[in-house]
Amino acid sequence: MAQKNIANWGNYPVVESNERSFSFDEQLEQLVEESIHFIPRGNGRCYGDASLGEETISTLKYDKVLSFDTVNGILECQSGLTLDKILEIIVPKGWFLPVTPGTKFITVGGAVGSDVHGKNHHVDGSFSNHIIEMQLILADSSTIVCSPEKNADLFEATCGGMGLTGLITKVKFRLKKIETSYIKQKQIKAESLDDIIRLFEEYKHSTYSVAWIDCLKKGQHFGRSILILGEHAKLEDLPEKLKSDPLKLPAKKSIPFPINLPSWVLNSLTVKLFNFLYYGKNFKKEINNVVSYEPFFYPLDAILNWNRGYGKKGFVQYQFVLPLEAKQGLVEILQRISNKGLGSFLAVLKVFGRQDSIISFPKEGYTLALDFPVRKGLFEFLDELDQVVLQYGGRLYMSKDARMKPEVLRAGYPKLSEFRKIVNKYNPTNKIRSVQSDRLELTT
Amino acid sequence: MSTVLILGATSDMAVAIARKMAAKGNNIQLAARNAGRLQALQSDISIRYGVNCAIYEFDATDFATHSSFYLSLSPKPDIVICVFGYMSDTLAASKNWEESLKIINSNYTGAVSVLNIVAEDFAERNSGTIVGISSVAGERGRQSNYIYGSAKAGFTAYLSGLRNRLYKHKVHVVSVLPGFVNTKMTAELKLPPLLTADTEQVAAAVEKAIGKKQNVVYVKWFWKWIMMIIKSIPENIFKKKNL
Ligand SMILES: Cc1cc2nc3c(=O)[nH]c(=O)nc-3n(C[C@H](O)[C@H](O)[C@H](O)COP(=O)(O)OP(=O)(O)OC[C@H]3O[C@@H](n4cnc5c(N)ncnc54)[C@H](O)[C@@H]3O)c2cc1C
Repeated sequence: MAQKNIANWGNYPVVESNERSFSFDEQLEQLVEESIHFIPRGNGRCYGDASLGEETISTLKYDKVLSFDTVNGILECQSGLTLDKILEIIVPKGWFLPVTPGTKFITVGGAVGSDVHGKNHHVDGSFSNHIIEMQLILADSSTIVCSPEKNADLFEATCGGMGLTGLITKVKFRLKKIETSYIKQKQIKAESLDDIIRLFEEYKHSTYSVAWIDCLKKGQHFGRSILILGEHAKLEDLPEKLKSDPLKLPAKKSIPFPINLPSWVLNSLTVKLFNFLYYGKNFKKEINNVVSYEPFFYPLDAILNWNRGYGKKGFVQYQFVLPLEAKQGLVEILQRISNKGLGSFLAVLKVFGRQDSIISFPKEGYTLALDFPVRKGLFEFLDELDQVVLQYGGRLYMSKDARMKPEVLRAGYPKLSEFRKIVNKYNPTNKIRSVQSDRLELTT
Repeated sequence: MSTVLILGATSDMAVAIARKMAAKGNNIQLAARNAGRLQALQSDISIRYGVNCAIYEFDATDFATHSSFYLSLSPKPDIVICVFGYMSDTLAASKNWEESLKIINSNYTGAVSVLNIVAEDFAERNSGTIVGISSVAGERGRQSNYIYGSAKAGFTAYLSGLRNRLYKHKVHVVSVLPGFVNTKMTAELKLPPLLTADTEQVAAAVEKAIGKKQNVVYVKWFWKWIMMIIKSIPENIFKKKNL
């Protein structure tokens, strides 16, 4: 048994786990049979405790591309393959991921388990929207195929089901056609929260949109932000010098983050400075340019392990969605955070289009994500925020969560009992369970 | 473009080496006892790198089949990388001859058997590169690992002799002595991170050694110095140590 301490991206919580991995189907079968209980684990990029447990089965060595239809844009792979590797394969052939989160270092299994969303949710939906078919191994070690048509209940509960229905082994999904590997980007300054919401509305047909909010700014400029919009550039959009190699992969450059910084580094002063710098870069009201997909989609990936910047105690990310009409809730939450001064390195605002899955996080509205270093008083404060979120008809993203109470989950996800029924059918003895699923009383 | 044969292609290290060599534009031949296990890697390599990738059944310990195995390869490889090996608990193996023999055959005899055949072919063609993944465990026997270590010691000596013999035939032989590597084989051990290479680092070292015609490579440079120190400890002291 290889016991080791593991944590996900937020470095909170840290859990002692027996983590095992496999390369072949028979090995996985044997692992599942031998386990008392387990939770599937991808690249540990969820922030909290979703892929943590006493026993984890890592998919990282199960990472082979099985087929790639370059004519119709269909890829099939094993679940441990990461998105960064997929991009290297598909981009030169004129294809892109249909949906990508803000980091490319996640596995396909994780993309399904959290049913991840990107900056194009209002246009393209979440990752599960593009899956043709997938294969799972269940708690009883049997293998099963599911799709929106076949074993549809299993399919629905697996997308966003945080690994609780079974371990996804193979996924076949549709890609997005691109002419170039570049993005036509537009950045617009917004003076206030009203302003940014108005801009989102105005640019709702933009394929990609996201806003960075300076959530500590008080007074008149409360909610000042930058809206970043993007479209896949067509060949004619490229400057002459890029036209000869339009599908070029971005050069690999990344700087490792040296060490765990003490968390005072991220006090509200540095947060202010960061926001000011980011904001100050945009001296004009609007900037239009063509950039590689890398800085557009993955600005944070350039600094490997930036999560260490939050110190040893770790941090949590708080991400919620509120219905479109609940703008006042957004104001209230941002105000509370600003007053508390607990600091958030990032405040990211996106819009979600319609989605009505049983357990996936996205539903129509605005979603905001903020980071908080773990410290005394934080969880009490977040409990208060939860109440505001619920009051406005919102809910939290399990993939970012490390601390919400089970009542908060139940109140936010009206189809939770349906989800539990399906989990019960495929994972009847709660053999598949995580620290999170136990905490949220999904498997207890 | 060369053709690279990987012997024992199901291990983590072999996967990394195969991908690295394919990324450099070489065609790949994967060989392992359980060829069914190679199918996913075969599609992975041909899709990712756009090279030819074939799979073959090969059992390192079934010596009698080695000739026909090599005959069946088409085309004949330009580079052969011998990755297979096997490690298990020494104390248990020392009380179980079958297990001892398995360690010896998988790490030494099997390699000699198949590389003898490869060497004949390469010598005749006056070209080719042979890479053997041996181990620092073969540099000095320790109580915790001496059956595996002695088999690897034999393999290391074999490789250096082969290098010596084939030099005049313009055939190059590389001995790779990785220190600790994070693989399935070592998943149960707690390894010191600084001394531990990942499989990509091993693959990069192998690729570089082939290109630069290096003779003996330790993947992480300080292993060379560590082994020099370990080898220089007088036997009188060494035998009393708990190593
Ligand atoms: C910088 C950063 C930016 C991010 N941006 C976004 C974003 O924009 N949108 C978004 O939606 N998310 C975002 N995320 C979150 C991330 O995309 C998800 O948490 C994703 O699920 C992580 O995948 P992983 O491979 O690391 O899996 P893990 O974190 O290891 O696991 C995540 C969940 O998936 C389950 N799982 C993993 N593999 C399997 C499998 N094979 N079968 C069944 N279940 C499995 C696990 O049990 C767990 O519940 C971001 C994360 C980071 C660090």
